[in-house]
Amino acid sequence: MTLLQRRATLLHAIRNYFFSASVTEVVTPILSRFATTDPHIESFATVASMTAGGVEDTPRYLHTSPEFPMKRLLCAGSGDIYQICSVFRREEAGRLHNPEFQLLEWYRCGFDHCRLMQDVEDFVRHCIAALQQLNPTLREETVFHKIGYYDAVEAATGLSPQQLSPASLQSYFIKQGMDCPLSADEPHADSLDIWLDFLMSMVIAPGFDKTGFTFVYDYPASQAALARLMTVDGINVAARFELFYGEIELANGFHELADALEQRARFESDLSQRQVQGLSDVPMDTALLDALANGLPDCAGVAIGLDRLLMMLTEAERIEDVIAFPEGRA
Amino acid sequence: MASYNTNEFKSGLKIMLDGDPHAIVENEFVKPGKGQAFSRTRVRNLKTGRVVEKTFKSGDSVEAADVMDTEMQYLYSDGEHWHFMDPKSFEQLAADKTAIGDAHLWLTEQDNCEVTLWNGEPLTVTPPNFVEMKITQTDPGLRGDTATGGNKPATMETGAVVKVPLFIEEGEVIKIDTRSGEYVSRVK
Repeated sequence: MTLLQRRATLLHAIRNYFFSASVTEVVTPILSRFATTDPHIESFATVASMTAGGVEDTPRYLHTSPEFPMKRLLCAGSGDIYQICSVFRREEAGRLHNPEFQLLEWYRCGFDHCRLMQDVEDFVRHCIAALQQLNPTLREETVFHKIGYYDAVEAATGLSPQQLSPASLQSYFIKQGMDCPLSADEPHADSLDIWLDFLMSMVIAPGFDKTGFTFVYDYPASQAALARLMTVDGINVAARFELFYGEIELANGFHELADALEQRARFESDLSQRQVQGLSDVPMDTALLDALANGLPDCAGVAIGLDRLLMMLTEAERIEDVIAFPEGRA
Repeated sequence: MASYNTNEFKSGLKIMLDGDPHAIVENEFVKPGKGQAFSRTRVRNLKTGRVVEKTFKSGDSVEAADVMDTEMQYLYSDGEHWHFMDPKSFEQLAADKTAIGDAHLWLTEQDNCEVTLWNGEPLTVTPPNFVEMKITQTDPGLRGDTATGGNKPATMETGAVVKVPLFIEEGEVIKIDTRSGEYVSRVK
């Protein structure tokens, strides 16, 4: 019952925060004609009839994030918006993953990703203060660290952005005596991003302040996802950040890509990568592309995993400890 | 050849790594929201008992180890091999020094124990948790001393040496916990 109260308190605190900031709560469809094209995220799919007695031939996808329809609202002139909803991702279950989880996503017009990081920090401090009444061991003096992605990589490996390659990372892992499942000789392992993901998950994130928060910002341009690109110190980077508590990833934010043509090119590149990897073919969100063509206001957006935030706020070890009916009991 | 995908990983699963059979002790799913997923595992080498960390890329498949645990009866030792029999099929198998390990200290003929087979050959032998054995040698005890702590070494018929209370005498049968090698009680 304490668990239920804590989540209820968190939800209340979230709505208070955004009400005070004049951000509008919105609801967008969970079931969609479109799916995410991200090769690392698999949507739950169904085929159904949309009318009584109709033919069961219409594919529909459960959303993996409310990002696309929320951006359509922004294009339509909604102004600042937020949403709390359950999202669904196949093949993700473990200590920190439940295939169905609760996401908070919000967008701020006129913000870039740096300003949004400050907003996220304010938001998290607000949640800590709200939960402190129920859990007095929560620390008010929580620290927020900030580090650039390439700075974190260089601090860990000594490799500058120009020196990064599967081969240089492989020799780093060998020198550290680390067991690495990748091989620079294998044809599919030539993508530097897989090597960087391994480095981030196994070396960099485990080194973060265990009882504090860490923002990592300015991701490699190849990991832009839906962020716009920019040049920092002569290096092309994505205007993207992630928030970690200890080594646990809590949030992902972008200075949003507004260019419809660039967005279509990224969708198409995702889809061809899916084909190469033998993943399911999915329909890209053309409604989003149409909306972007009409103009997305300059904005930044972020999504926070609420179950993991609740884990942090209640010092839980496993995600199932904060979910009333986790996968398998749902 | 049978194989497992990383999404089938769970503790206890037997897989082949670097030519040796291993059992998964722990498996953690590690995945950045927008990036490659990995399975970070701790695995036990079933030949050496060593536990090491091993990470897999999600979606990779790993050869399954043909390892199974069978209940067998210990028959005898010829000094070089220890012979076991499947009580159902009466099939006999011999385990060598490496496979038997320290288990030979706790085996008396006719005892049932667990033999782990790899490709049909004994890999390890696990004696019953509790065995009863006769003491072949121990120094004379102090009569009547049943209360004070204190213990003394006693040699069993198998050669195992167990610390026993002072009142235990040569020729007596005692119960031993084979996992710790400790004396449990006297058997009347």
